[in-house]
Amino acid sequence: MRNPSIRRRTLSVTVLTGVLATLGLAGCGSDSSSTASPAPGPSTVAATLTVKDPWVKAATAGTMTAAFGVLVNDTGADVTITSAESPASPMELHEMTMKDGKMVMQPKQGGFVIKARSTHELSPGGDHLMLMKPATAIEAGDEVSFTLKLADGSTVPFTAIAKPFAGAGESYDPGMAMPGSAPASAMPMGSTAP
Amino acid sequence: MSSRPSPVSRRRLLAGGAVAGLGAVAAAGATVVTGAADVLPVQAAVPDTGTATVPFYGTRQAGVAQDPPAQAAFVALTLAAGTDKRAVARMMRLLTDDAARLTRGEPALGDTDATLAVLPARLTVTFGFGPGLYAVAGQRSPVADLPAFAIDRLEKRWSGGDLLLQICADDPLTVTHTQRMLIKDARPFAAVRWVQQGFRRSPGVQSPEHTQRNVLGQLDGTANPRGPGIDPAVWNPDGSTQLVVRRIRAEIEKWDLLSVTDKENAVGRRMATGAPLSGTDEHDDPDFTALDDAGLPKIPDFSHVTRAHVTDPAMKILRRPYNYDGVPNALGHPDAGLIFAAFQRDIARQFVPIQQRLADKDLLNEWITPIGSAVFAVPPGCSEGGWIGEQVLA
Ligand code: HEM
Ligand SMILES: [Cu+2]
Repeated sequence: MRNPSIRRRTLSVTVLTGVLATLGLAGCGSDSSSTASPAPGPSTVAATLTVKDPWVKAATAGTMTAAFGVLVNDTGADVTITSAESPASPMELHEMTMKDGKMVMQPKQGGFVIKARSTHELSPGGDHLMLMKPATAIEAGDEVSFTLKLADGSTVPFTAIAKPFAGAGESYDPGMAMPGSAPASAMPMGSTAP
Repeated sequence: MSSRPSPVSRRRLLAGGAVAGLGAVAAAGATVVTGAADVLPVQAAVPDTGTATVPFYGTRQAGVAQDPPAQAAFVALTLAAGTDKRAVARMMRLLTDDAARLTRGEPALGDTDATLAVLPARLTVTFGFGPGLYAVAGQRSPVADLPAFAIDRLEKRWSGGDLLLQICADDPLTVTHTQRMLIKDARPFAAVRWVQQGFRRSPGVQSPEHTQRNVLGQLDGTANPRGPGIDPAVWNPDGSTQLVVRRIRAEIEKWDLLSVTDKENAVGRRMATGAPLSGTDEHDDPDFTALDDAGLPKIPDFSHVTRAHVTDPAMKILRRPYNYDGVPNALGHPDAGLIFAAFQRDIARQFVPIQQRLADKDLLNEWITPIGSAVFAVPPGCSEGGWIGEQVLA
């Protein structure tokens, strides 16, 4: 089945909860040409991690952007996020690092580790979930769905509201570009991809 | 008129803390010089002014029936040409989320100054929809621009608007931060049309039971509906109401030239106590039939109160005005007046007849000039997970 990558928030809540799975493109706007990932089965959804206050920076189609929020681990064991997925865009887990006197972002080796009974903030200028190339525009007020994959194989689905946001213009370090996903040259988040 | 009107002690007792209140009245009785009720000292400012909150969610929007906090910003937006009904809905989801968080004293999502969000100080954000928003939504607007009145000197820069944000709090920095955050999130959809910033007394300066003075020195709000009287005047069964925002310049230079008696005749109430000219207590019912020794009405028939007076509880309006005071000109003349905000169930039925009577005849018109005017439908409130305007835009 296919998920709309971006669901417009004009649908009433009841419609959304009840019919979303079968409606597909009812929200309009998304052409859904991106290869949609299969929806995670409920049995694999992790109970170990929650995402608080998620949001994503609105962006035009093809423009790198990022999602943020607070990862909350209420369990007694560390939790490792190994990857993130969204029907809206190919994704990477990013961190910020100093390179030649400049803060740049790069893929986080080993993923994000959220210590037992602690929180981990994803924020502009810090760790974030990178949307490498959104298939369609992510407009202010849109809801974008994401899935975090954990080291134990379970998943954490969540949706984030898109906000117009002027900050978070971090540069991407070309040296760390992952094959097939990143542009060839350093590119500030929020600029239009070639 | 008696110099120690009874409302002083009665209203202070209402403030709660009866023992302390009594003491204050007794102590103040010896020192008050003018006899005006509002110069009595009040208890020290409540320490929770900064952390106090007003619930955002509910069947009716906040920022209407509550006592008006000290500071307000009225922000009117014009929808961009490309903003269609769906886009307006997306905007309202965003702005509702911002308002819900900020009124709890939490930063908005993506708040670049999260530290400014932690003291809500009774923050409310009230959304109003202008006729233009209903046009975009393809629906009949419950509100229409007011008819032109002979007294109007309306300026475009203070008039109209598709969406109104009424932001109120007891602290100006909280209002500033909220205004900034909401405008940032509205920017992809709408342009700022006008912003009017106003003020009332600071928290703790007077107990909330006191009627406040406006920039003309008048006790303003005496005859407002309060408590259960608000319902029949303000709320429709679905939780909606309607809002008029008029910017009314006060001609203070001319007002200054008047004697106190002339000022009192213009309004129909005493300057010091707010009592009707037919009575002695601020909350005495005005008696428009009472005659003075010369056989003339004690309350002149051209006075503001005579002309504005409404008895039917369902025909009253809830006035929630804020003062404004801009920068004086080179001659030292103030740029001051009222951001006259009034809530009622139906503008056409309740507000327009009062405004028409005042425009036809009201001595106070000599000293006040409407320079801005806007009307908004205030949709019902929402519950958690919902958003303001969902009934109109979903
Ligand atoms: C700068 C403009 C204005 C000033 C300074 C002003 C001042 C006052 C004052 C001092 C009172 C008496 C105390 C009270 O009950 O609050 C009053 C009453 C009132 N005013 Fe105004 N006013 C203004 C504009 C308006 C407008 C535009 C309207 C409505 C169209 C209005 C409607 C009323 C009503 C309904 C009352 C209560 C009358 C009663 O039932 O006793 N006022 N106003
Ligand atoms: Cu990144």
